Amino acid sequence: MANTTTDKARSAVAAPPMTTMAIVAPILGWLIPGAGHVLLKRYNRGILLMVSVVAMFLIGLGMDGRVYRPNGGDILDILGFVGDVGAGGLYFIARIMDWGHGLIAHATADYGTKYLIVAGLLNFIAAADAHHIALGKKP
Amino acid sequence: MSISLSHFSAAVVFALFASVVFGITQRDTTRAQFRYGLYCFALFVGGVVLAGWLMALLRR
Repeated sequence: MANTTTDKARSAVAAPPMTTMAIVAPILGWLIPGAGHVLLKRYNRGILLMVSVVAMFLIGLGMDGRVYRPNGGDILDILGFVGDVGAGGLYFIARIMDWGHGLIAHATADYGTKYLIVAGLLNFIAAADAHHIALGKKP
Repeated sequence: MSISLSHFSAAVVFALFASVVFGITQRDTTRAQFRYGLYCFALFVGGVVLAGWLMALLRR
């Protein structure tokens, strides 16, 4: 009984409080790469993240990379969509503008597709980092 | 506008941006972030050069 109480007390101390900022910052960071960090006043980190993710996404489009649509087919296509949608607002703009048809006219077009996916995955990591900063787990 | 990068330059640009994000998100202090970013970049580019040499040797 005493152990259970001690465990409860420990977990209460270990778990940081969930604040509004801990929810808003990662969502904003997902929609606009780096904006979550800027919102938390980590300006340099936010700008560097924004430049990195946006540049990767734009270079991927410039290399004629393919933007995946929502699909229920091949597992790699589904994972490609999950990666792409990580870029948040950039993905939605690309879909609205109907960019990224992935013409495999040259060998590096496949690199472009990978650039687009990785830009989204890196943005997921950046959004998770904004969440940790907002929780106070990271300076 | 179409961007045409060679295989090597595409890998180096990829390594640069990925290393920046890894450095910022995986370490706490500015100095540690810079060092970890450089470490990731070196591993990415080193891996590309190593894989290139392996493929060249296998092709022979």
